[in-house]
Amino acid sequence: MNSVTIRNLLVRGMLAGLAAGVLALVIAYFLGEPRVDAAIAFEEAHSHSHSHGDEVEVVSRGMQSTAGLATGVLVYGVALGGIAALVFCFALGRIGRFGARATAVLVSGAALLVYLVPFLKYPANPPAVGDPDTIGQRTALYFLMMLLGILLAVGATILGRRLAPKLGNWYATVAGGTAFVVAVGIAYAFLPAYDNVPHGFPGTLLWQFRLSTLAVQLVLWTGFGLIFGHLAERVVATRAEEAGTTAEAAPVAT
Amino acid sequence: MAQTIASPATGATPATLPLKALAPWALFVGVLALVLLYFIGAEQGATSVFSGTNVHEWVHDGRHLLGFPCH
Repeated sequence: MNSVTIRNLLVRGMLAGLAAGVLALVIAYFLGEPRVDAAIAFEEAHSHSHSHGDEVEVVSRGMQSTAGLATGVLVYGVALGGIAALVFCFALGRIGRFGARATAVLVSGAALLVYLVPFLKYPANPPAVGDPDTIGQRTALYFLMMLLGILLAVGATILGRRLAPKLGNWYATVAGGTAFVVAVGIAYAFLPAYDNVPHGFPGTLLWQFRLSTLAVQLVLWTGFGLIFGHLAERVVATRAEEAGTTAEAAPVAT
Repeated sequence: MAQTIASPATGATPATLPLKALAPWALFVGVLALVLLYFIGAEQGATSVFSGTNVHEWVHDGRHLLGFPCH
């Protein structure tokens, strides 16, 4: 029966991820795509040595900005929705006195935090920004930073739980949060930085592009938290009702 | 945690799901999701399973707007 519950929550997580992905796709298309196009226009105007115009276009811009973008964002939504649903299964009832909807929103908030940790050090870059020679290092460091964020968040949570009996919930949470921020700050200080913005690239465009990528994530995770919370509440409530009826039935039977 | 086990039917805190039941789902779905995210986020960028640039070019805009290092 518990396996069935996990299966139901997983299916709902992937569906909620798909729905949130659709919302994020709308934001990515209307806020992000104009900036991607502007950055590509800059790239083409300033490429002296290798002109992109002569290259054979593997996938047209029209396909990249519609079907290609949709593939990326929706698969991202479903995959992370599935992962978030399983994190939810673990977190439910284990992180304090939170119901299904509150737990779903907290898991979404944690996911957004995990996105922000690498973002603040290695922010999203539009086309034309980024040195192809360092793509290997930057990709490795990006995922390393994300993994570090996850491990540090788990560590801070464990620390907070350990301190809770001594310090009380409030100060234990503050201590855990502080430890997390300090550890991430130290990682920022020691990991290498990359400045690949080409000379003359408009600062406003870079800012707007990065804001639009943040908007995509904010919409994705807010949408996921609310939609999945709504769907999960029903599964969990049904479970609680079943548990309630058996608990009530037991004394009558004896 | 002791409270939730003692009173699963109060409704305030939902009962926990046993880790034994969760582990196989977490492992299988986790691995599958990571493979999907790899193809969306990094294939034919830093490393390649398939040669060429078709995968990279197809998800190019998604990669930029989802914050993955693209090129």
